Amino acid sequence: MQAPIIGVLALQGAFESHQQRLGELGAPTRQIRTPADLAAVDALVMPGGESTTMSKLLVTSGLFDPIAQRISSGMPVFGTCAGMILLSTEVLDGRPDQLSFAAIDITVQRNGYGRQLDSFETEITVPSFGADAAPFHGVFIRAPKVIRFGDGVAVVAEHDGIPVILRQAAITVASFHPELVGDHRLHAEFLNSLTRTPSHAETS
Amino acid sequence: MSDQLSVTGSFPVKRGLAEMLKGGVIMDVVNAEQAKIAEDAGAVAVMALERVPADIRRDGGVARMSDPEMIERIQAAVSIPVMAKARIGHFVEAQILQALGVDFIDESEVLTPADEAHHIDKFKFSVPVVCGATNLGEALRRISEGAALIRSKGEAGTGNVVEAVRHLRSIIGDIKKISQADSAELFEWAKRLQAPLPLVQEIAETGKLPVPLFCAGGLATPADAALAMQLGAESVFVGSGIFKSDAPGPRAAAIVEAATHFNDASILAKVSRGLGAPMTGIGMDEVHEHYADRGW
Repeated sequence: MQAPIIGVLALQGAFESHQQRLGELGAPTRQIRTPADLAAVDALVMPGGESTTMSKLLVTSGLFDPIAQRISSGMPVFGTCAGMILLSTEVLDGRPDQLSFAAIDITVQRNGYGRQLDSFETEITVPSFGADAAPFHGVFIRAPKVIRFGDGVAVVAEHDGIPVILRQAAITVASFHPELVGDHRLHAEFLNSLTRTPSHAETS
Repeated sequence: MSDQLSVTGSFPVKRGLAEMLKGGVIMDVVNAEQAKIAEDAGAVAVMALERVPADIRRDGGVARMSDPEMIERIQAAVSIPVMAKARIGHFVEAQILQALGVDFIDESEVLTPADEAHHIDKFKFSVPVVCGATNLGEALRRISEGAALIRSKGEAGTGNVVEAVRHLRSIIGDIKKISQADSAELFEWAKRLQAPLPLVQEIAETGKLPVPLFCAGGLATPADAALAMQLGAESVFVGSGIFKSDAPGPRAAAIVEAATHFNDASILAKVSRGLGAPMTGIGMDEVHEHYADRGW
């Protein structure tokens, strides 16, 4: 079996950092800006950036509907920060016309931790890494805060009692930026989940 | 933060916001109404200032930090990051902007410099600071002072992209040369650029600036934005170019699309259509005061 090709949504934001981390793990990646780009990939990463900007560009680029379709047919997606906002069911303090994919049953508050002055870095304990594993260094930039999560959503890690990594079926989200640090464990976990449940690019 | 492991205002946190602004457009706005138009169009951030550079150029006089009240009105109007300008070397204006909770400070040559020898010690601030540069030496000196983001200076308020292109080519051209240089040549590069050796060595190793590089100064059209991005800028600032044009909203939205699809000429052709007149612009030989010469 060929290694799955990972698309990185490249409308705006820190997409190159995600591509770099995935590349360092040996995964083939493609930047996604148009529906044609999307058709060629098996999974998608939605990067950090400005969610209102990405929401607009998802519409003008014609990507919103095709991505929604792929998500409903099981395409695995990993979203960080703005990517988490785009994947969530409900967005508080967003723009009224802001779109999201409702791919994971969570409510997030945009900039829920505050303005840039409140942005922070910290150590996150991820239990699934094992009891002796080093914590993950989390960089939170004007980060979204998870206010609610549904029954079907697993909390993978939390900080100060608030979930910061969550998973539902093939969708994984983090409110911080694993792409900005040299730690590959979360990207590796995402890649491993793909080889366990292969999802092939649409041939149609 | 409640637990002791959390740190705010660190360099990775400041640089992190610059990373998030990549592939986007930062727009100059002078009031809440313009800020909303910018956000509606898909700006990744707005720059709050009292007069756009074209008006500063026309009016003359001393240009200073904006009135805090006006900045607060813009902060209240939009949910995207709000930047504001302090004069070069005016660390008290920067202190005030940080107290207002702006998300990014621009230590800007568009305002009248307050210090003819020193820039702000940007490590002292929890808010990230962006600085302009015309060449790699200037960029590295600003980074050594703590800048979390570098932008080309270009020539603000002219609607003429030629200076921004010159600065981008100069910065990126020298980065390319340094990444080909051997270790002995790096000492000479540091001397010639008047820049700290460790930063020159870092460039030799990574082939890029230690912080993101954006383009500013004279951009007026979607094609200008795409030109800057194809030359290697990671985002664009558009100042007078939007609100000095005939149709600011559509032009702003078109420039946002151009920053994303900068390599796709058919999309650029589509978004460049029917935008009305851009700002008139001026040739460099008509420019009496070169803002890009400010800064040391």
